[in-house]
Amino acid sequence: MTESSIGVRLRLTRGTRRLKRETGRPDTDHGAEQRADQGVAAASEFSLDVNLAVPANGITVLFGASGAGKTTLLRCVAGLERADDALITVGGAIWDDSACGIHLPTWQRSIGYVFQEASLFPHLSVTGNLRYGLKRAGPAQGEASLRTAIELLGIGHLLHRMPAQLSGGERQRVAIARSLALRPRLLLLDEPLAAIDLARREEILHWIEALRDQLSIPMLYVTHAAAEVARLADTLVVLERGRARACGPVGDVLASVEVPISLGEDVGALIEGIVAERDELWHLIAVDCAQGRLWLQDSQLGLGDRVRLRVLARDVSITLQHATDTSIQNHLHCVVESINPDKHPAQALISLRCGDATLLARLTQRAIAALGLHPGQAVWAQVKSVALVK
Amino acid sequence: MNAFPLPEETLGALTLTLKLAGLTTLLLLVIATPLAWWLARTASRWRAAIGALVTLPLVLPPTVIGFYLLVLLGPSGPIGQVMQRLGLGLLPFTFAGLLVGSLIYSLPFAVQPLQSAFRSIGQRPMEVAATLRARPIDAFFSVALPLALPGYIGAAVLTFAHTIGEFGIVLMIGGNIPGRTRVLSTEIYGHVEAMDYVQAHWLAGGMVVFAFLVLLAMTRLQRDAHQVMQ
Repeated sequence: MTESSIGVRLRLTRGTRRLKRETGRPDTDHGAEQRADQGVAAASEFSLDVNLAVPANGITVLFGASGAGKTTLLRCVAGLERADDALITVGGAIWDDSACGIHLPTWQRSIGYVFQEASLFPHLSVTGNLRYGLKRAGPAQGEASLRTAIELLGIGHLLHRMPAQLSGGERQRVAIARSLALRPRLLLLDEPLAAIDLARREEILHWIEALRDQLSIPMLYVTHAAAEVARLADTLVVLERGRARACGPVGDVLASVEVPISLGEDVGALIEGIVAERDELWHLIAVDCAQGRLWLQDSQLGLGDRVRLRVLARDVSITLQHATDTSIQNHLHCVVESINPDKHPAQALISLRCGDATLLARLTQRAIAALGLHPGQAVWAQVKSVALVK
Repeated sequence: MNAFPLPEETLGALTLTLKLAGLTTLLLLVIATPLAWWLARTASRWRAAIGALVTLPLVLPPTVIGFYLLVLLGPSGPIGQVMQRLGLGLLPFTFAGLLVGSLIYSLPFAVQPLQSAFRSIGQRPMEVAATLRARPIDAFFSVALPLALPGYIGAAVLTFAHTIGEFGIVLMIGGNIPGRTRVLSTEIYGHVEAMDYVQAHWLAGGMVVFAFLVLLAMTRLQRDAHQVMQ
């Protein structure tokens, strides 16, 4: 546990009885997930057992299906829930240490917590809500950080309204600004888009990206939406039934073949790159990334913009020689790293080392045999389609 | 007809009634708050038992409560003996005794609206307050209390109105001493006993109108309190 990392070690078991009691109250609502947890617990008991260390910067996404324990984990970090055994350290500060009997109450933790649904106090105006935390534990530069938060989230025109007069997206923006005004050491977001209609999600995502780029507050972001992972994650933690299946830089986790993590449709690599060239004639742009140079449709990006691309394994095919007589435009020189069984026996998932990065290709076993592919072999990857993550 | 303006005695009963109801309401809101809070959120196995105990005055005949209070507080009752030893005097047939009886008798009318108000607020606003650095007690006063305002209005109105209408306990523990423990309900009783139906009509009719207005006002107030939040 170094100064620059967040360590979360948790063990927690819940019998059905306790969960029933908790969800029995009409408005406890830990969200759908907790109710789903209860469903799991009805068959057996729910348990969470993780030991994670993630960097204390950027966005760490906790990804998993309902009932995987994402929200419970987040609530433990916030101190809203107490694990049977916990060791939680944030940038060198100990928040929980069962062995030493340390359990900081929530109000003493330097966190911001954005709940799933709008959690503004209905009896206070937007300003009242924004200042609630500042009145209690404002940092020295409280006014300045409040102004920054208001500006960053574009809510200056809403200050005199009551929460009931705001749209779902506006409420969530105020809630985010409210937690940011305290300059927390850690921002916890529990599916902040869940209660917002699809059309408005883009807007919130945009604000969250702005926070990531302009403030240096690390975030733990819970979601079960693949699009949010692709878009926001720097570090990815994949939870499944209370266990962490994978944890690491998002590109590595998504490209790992031992634990193929599918973000919805299919497995594939997530690539970060910079727009390097524009081909006006063919309406294409070139993105330089660790894997090499990829051409894709020009979508009004500026030269030098940072972009994220998704290359699905099923869109990557392999040739032994650099093919020129093909319609496919993107060819990357790479080395076969490993050949791994896929879900169906007819197919295999191939990990390709490509520059400093990894690319995944899904091929049939027959094609692999026909080409005589083996680890260490130099090949050409043909990328049929590249999607801009947006 | 010399029924109106009110005779001295009736006026005394009226003042005493209002004083009793006002004090009972104030004290009960304070007493019922932690009780209702606990009942609304605890997972303790004592919840059901305590809840039933608090509701008991709602179903018991007031005379039963009055009787036991009389026994407990009387000169030979355990509490009465302690009070005497401490030099505090006895409670039965005093205003203080009447107040104690009213507190117990009206307790469920204060606890239940508060309990359901606290329950409908749920855990979430308190959690939000905690993530914004509010200690639990601070969160209670700055968040739970204002959000439970409609519940407090309901509790106050019901307790006040209910105390004004109490009779059995008053008779048992307070007696019917003019100026000290004679309240409106016992005054009406006295008039009817004395066949003075005119006086009884004035008072009884007045109480009907009063009760109606109180309930009407409560509905209005609660609606307004809700509107503030929506």
